Amino acid sequence: MTAIFKRELKSYFTGMMGYIFIAFVLLFIGIYTSALNLKYAYPGFEYVISSSAFMFLITVPVLTMRVFAEERKQSTDQLLYSLPISVMDMVLGKYLAMVVLLTIPMAITALYPLLIGTFGTVSYATAYSSLFAFYLLGCALIAIGMFMSSITENQIIAAVMCLGTLILCYLMTALSQLITSTSLASTLSLMVVALLVSLVVRLMTKSWTAAGFTAVVTFVPLGLLYLISPTVMEGAFTSALSALAIFDRMDSFTGGIFDLTGLVYFISVAALFCFFTVQAVEKRRWS
Amino acid sequence: MIEVKNLTKVYGNHIAVDHVSFTIDPGKIYGFLGPNGAGKTTTMNIITGCLAATEGTVTVDGHDIFEEPIQAKKIIGYLPEMPPLYMDMTVKDYLRFVAEAKGVAGKQIEAEVARVMKKTAVTDMRLRLIKNLSKGYRQRVGLAQAILGDPKVIILDEPTVGLDPQQLIEIRDLIRELGHDHTVMLSSHIMQEISAVCDMILIISNGKLVAEDTPENLEQLAQHEQTMKLTVHAGEAKTKKIVGTLGAAVEIRGMKAISDNETELEIGILTEEDVREKLFYAFAEAKCAIVSMVREKQSLEDVFLSLTRVDAPEAKPASAADKGGVA
Repeated sequence: MTAIFKRELKSYFTGMMGYIFIAFVLLFIGIYTSALNLKYAYPGFEYVISSSAFMFLITVPVLTMRVFAEERKQSTDQLLYSLPISVMDMVLGKYLAMVVLLTIPMAITALYPLLIGTFGTVSYATAYSSLFAFYLLGCALIAIGMFMSSITENQIIAAVMCLGTLILCYLMTALSQLITSTSLASTLSLMVVALLVSLVVRLMTKSWTAAGFTAVVTFVPLGLLYLISPTVMEGAFTSALSALAIFDRMDSFTGGIFDLTGLVYFISVAALFCFFTVQAVEKRRWS
Repeated sequence: MIEVKNLTKVYGNHIAVDHVSFTIDPGKIYGFLGPNGAGKTTTMNIITGCLAATEGTVTVDGHDIFEEPIQAKKIIGYLPEMPPLYMDMTVKDYLRFVAEAKGVAGKQIEAEVARVMKKTAVTDMRLRLIKNLSKGYRQRVGLAQAILGDPKVIILDEPTVGLDPQQLIEIRDLIRELGHDHTVMLSSHIMQEISAVCDMILIISNGKLVAEDTPENLEQLAQHEQTMKLTVHAGEAKTKKIVGTLGAAVEIRGMKAISDNETELEIGILTEEDVREKLFYAFAEAKCAIVSMVREKQSLEDVFLSLTRVDAPEAKPASAADKGGVA
């Protein structure tokens, strides 16, 4: 794992990629810091954090698009497969290299509250817990981007898929409010999703039995639940959607609450997508 | 060293490798021969763990490649068809990365990288970026990567593609040298190349193993079947009749009338006996002159071609009794 990690990290700095990424993150946070903290003289650094979270929509896809797609394109993945390292180590090595790359601008940003503190009263606890959550959010999004890169050999497709997913997550709360939260609408929407899931299962397994099974297993409880107690289903779809709104998990941190569930959420997303990446890379050998 | 049992790989409804079984003994150079698309690369990818098999097992030095991939891969050095090189790294950095990933001890990395660079003659290029190297040098860096860490088995997929004649000779010499203390398996679709360096030849066609023998034995196999080309002063029908008197040991493979009284024919002789004299007397008795008679000796190339013909008769693994007689 260390060999992969070192190679990856070094490759960010032999090319322009690493420098551009760091510069871009710093530029973005810098603009918000100078606007909010310096010009308007807000003492809270958390405003900067919550305003600049959408920067990840651009930086994460650009950072992650090449990580596996390029290996496949250049057929260097054959080398990795033939080396005595497990796929898990391969994925973690690459993931950690990106996380370390994100750590660099974050460490520099960590100096800002101290700087602001010399001119006024800053709530360090809120500032640093927000920054920490911001960092974890970045790590979780990088894992999502890495997964997108592992399922295609085209970097552009990987970047676009990642961007699409992140935008969807970013707008999720707003989108979920568009849908009426009546019991019937919720049930029907969930059923449509279940149908889509069944279709994906059909595409992946090429087995109608598995797809049919998935459909039945999801449809029956939904229908029963609606028939037995319609009130349970009220707003169910909206809350299911807002569970996917990963960016909104930042809100409690920037609001001054150290939200443990938020931490667990970010770490779970990161772990889940690392796991998915391992599966996607492993699957390639079976195709 | 490597035991391949019943290996099968199916892509959709195309069978790339069809129940292939063979054993690779230590300390020899094996040639893996077959036309394009015969399943060579697929088989090699499965042996090295780059691809999973649909069916069958591969055991490397007692370690199953699917069950204990890490232990098995430690014993193998692999050069795929396209050298897997990171274009934005220098040769030295790249080899150092591979050495680390292969688990070469920290202190020995420098020495080991220097050793393989010297062996593959890329030392002068060590500080160049790989993307600036020529095809031949890239191939060598790929080879250097494969022999890093001194693995017991070295698997090379078409190692000589795209090399100039001088480099070809160098790489062949290097492979021979590696054969002294490693087990080497290399693939190619060129017979001469394989027969020049290999101790054993495996011929694969349409995903099936059709022959497994030493080059000498395969050559003998070739001589069992001789063909002759004749030009005789006789009409087609008459020629057919005369040849027919010689019995079932001789069969006509092709016939072409040049004029009314002159025929060119190709005959196959199914016995080892020399039938030239018989042919002469048979035609002499019928008062027909033989104006030319050439015996064609079959080369390894012909064996290869006949074994890998698409319509080849049901392939019988032509394994000689003294398997591995030549070391």
